[in-house]
Amino acid sequence: MQGFYAIYRKEMGHYFVSPIAYVFIGLFLILSAFFFNFFLQAVIQQSMSSDMQSMRFGMPQDIDVPTEVTRAFFGLLSTLVLFITPILTMGVYAEERKRGTMELLMTSPITEIDIVLGKFFASLTLFALMLLPTLSYLVFMNLRSEPIPPMRVLLAAYAGILLLGGSLLALGTFISSLTENQIIAAVLTFAAFLLIWVLDLGRNASGPVASVLTYLSVIRHYEDFTRGVIDTTGLIYYASFMFLFVFLTVRSVDSMRWRRA
Amino acid sequence: MIEVQDLTKAYGSTLAVDHVSFTVNKGEILGFLGPNGAGKTTTMRILTGFMPATSGTARIAGFDVTTDSLDVRRHIGYLPEAPPVYPDMTVETYLDFVARIKNVPAEKRAERITDALEKTNLVDKRNELIKRLSRGYKQRVGIAQALVHDPDVIILDEPTVGLDPKQIIEVRNLIKSLAGTHTILLSTHILPEVSMTCDRVVIINKGKIAAVDTPQNLTSQLKGGQRIRLEVQGPEPGLREVLAQVPGTSRVQLEPARSDGHLAVNIEAAPGKDIRSQIAAKIVEKGWGLYELRGVSLSLEDIFLELTTDDSTHAEPAS
Repeated sequence: MQGFYAIYRKEMGHYFVSPIAYVFIGLFLILSAFFFNFFLQAVIQQSMSSDMQSMRFGMPQDIDVPTEVTRAFFGLLSTLVLFITPILTMGVYAEERKRGTMELLMTSPITEIDIVLGKFFASLTLFALMLLPTLSYLVFMNLRSEPIPPMRVLLAAYAGILLLGGSLLALGTFISSLTENQIIAAVLTFAAFLLIWVLDLGRNASGPVASVLTYLSVIRHYEDFTRGVIDTTGLIYYASFMFLFVFLTVRSVDSMRWRRA
Repeated sequence: MIEVQDLTKAYGSTLAVDHVSFTVNKGEILGFLGPNGAGKTTTMRILTGFMPATSGTARIAGFDVTTDSLDVRRHIGYLPEAPPVYPDMTVETYLDFVARIKNVPAEKRAERITDALEKTNLVDKRNELIKRLSRGYKQRVGIAQALVHDPDVIILDEPTVGLDPKQIIEVRNLIKSLAGTHTILLSTHILPEVSMTCDRVVIINKGKIAAVDTPQNLTSQLKGGQRIRLEVQGPEPGLREVLAQVPGTSRVQLEPARSDGHLAVNIEAAPGKDIRSQIAAKIVEKGWGLYELRGVSLSLEDIFLELTTDDSTHAEPAS
């Protein structure tokens, strides 16, 4: 436990002493704020024109602006995550191996589990801190809406993005533990994510393959969360996903002893 | 404190470490001497639990490095070949991190860090970022890191690499001062280092142990016994003949006469018997001038070269 905390502290220090965290959070906030603004305007415009249409043709068609914006915004977040996490995770082990500090960690009285979990939770914390300010956009929008939408929808959506991000971080750190080269780690991680996204398109097809893909899709469970639905299937799905890759990372770190490091 | 028995590490078909056995007693400094690529680093990595051995056993402080790895790691401080530092940390935060992963209790941490900083002369650099330090200072941070938890056994892989001569002396003195309370295993390819700091030397070459002894013994009890050097004024053929008659001489080698007419002679003599006085008597008896007569002890360098090149004279030249 002491080892886990030491590693976690060190990783957080690494993010916040170097410019990494600031660059990430800064860029992420600029992008997400820009798109939030864009979605908000687009949806408001849409609802106003549909209002006008309903006045003209007498067909009332209500648009739930907060829900629409929330869904669009979280759709965007999942795309941003696709680009951000590979950069966040590429150095986690690759850099450590290149600098030779892996030798220090592995000859210290801490277990591989301490190392892997410390690093995983540190990257997850950075990810959560990155998302935290965006909460203000949505809360502000919801408070200005009439009627105020239930906050649990927001909570579910944030739980979803954290679970999605955590899963991708777990996969990314696993890939980082396989290579000494950061660029290779980033490219492989990105390729793996793209594959996941492409496989996701397969669920639009029909037949047994599609239903398997639907079940395995990382995105579909996330979409449930952004609609405010906390489904145990999704929870278990993401938990297993993270557990699997954290476990594989532990094995991979352990196997570094056998590989010629 | 360290017991190594038949330790072997194979990379594919090549043996990096080949049935190596040695022991290090408590409080002793053992030098691990060998050319680059001899298997020094691999042996140390096995001892520190960084990689497993292919076969054989090693025990540190009574714990087996394979089965009780965590216990072993609790008892060692290790400086790898390259100092394992984080460039973005300051010296003090780095040592704090190391103290934490080495399980130094919170109430002792500050004291241990200050102690390590003082021993390695880093006190005035404690708030400096490691990436701003020179190579020599980074190396010292690496040494401080190995000491911060006050381990029983300290394993140092080439601790003086990259240091300037003054720092080298400081580090050697530091290592000597740690002996007694700590058991130290250090590797080097610099010979004087071994004779200056170590109680015993293990010479390792191509994964095999070539010799284990104290530096003094290695220097004195050589293969080929004693060597004697003479400077004589006398006739060349007669001199050789006379010297060869002295019992115990095995080889007499004359160097061409110098400008002042003196001859330099190298004599190899059988070990165990000092024949210097007999040689002197013979020369005086003949009425030749004796200008110099001294026993030459083979330097550690000679032994090292002899031991490590003996079996490879026809192989590729040492780089």
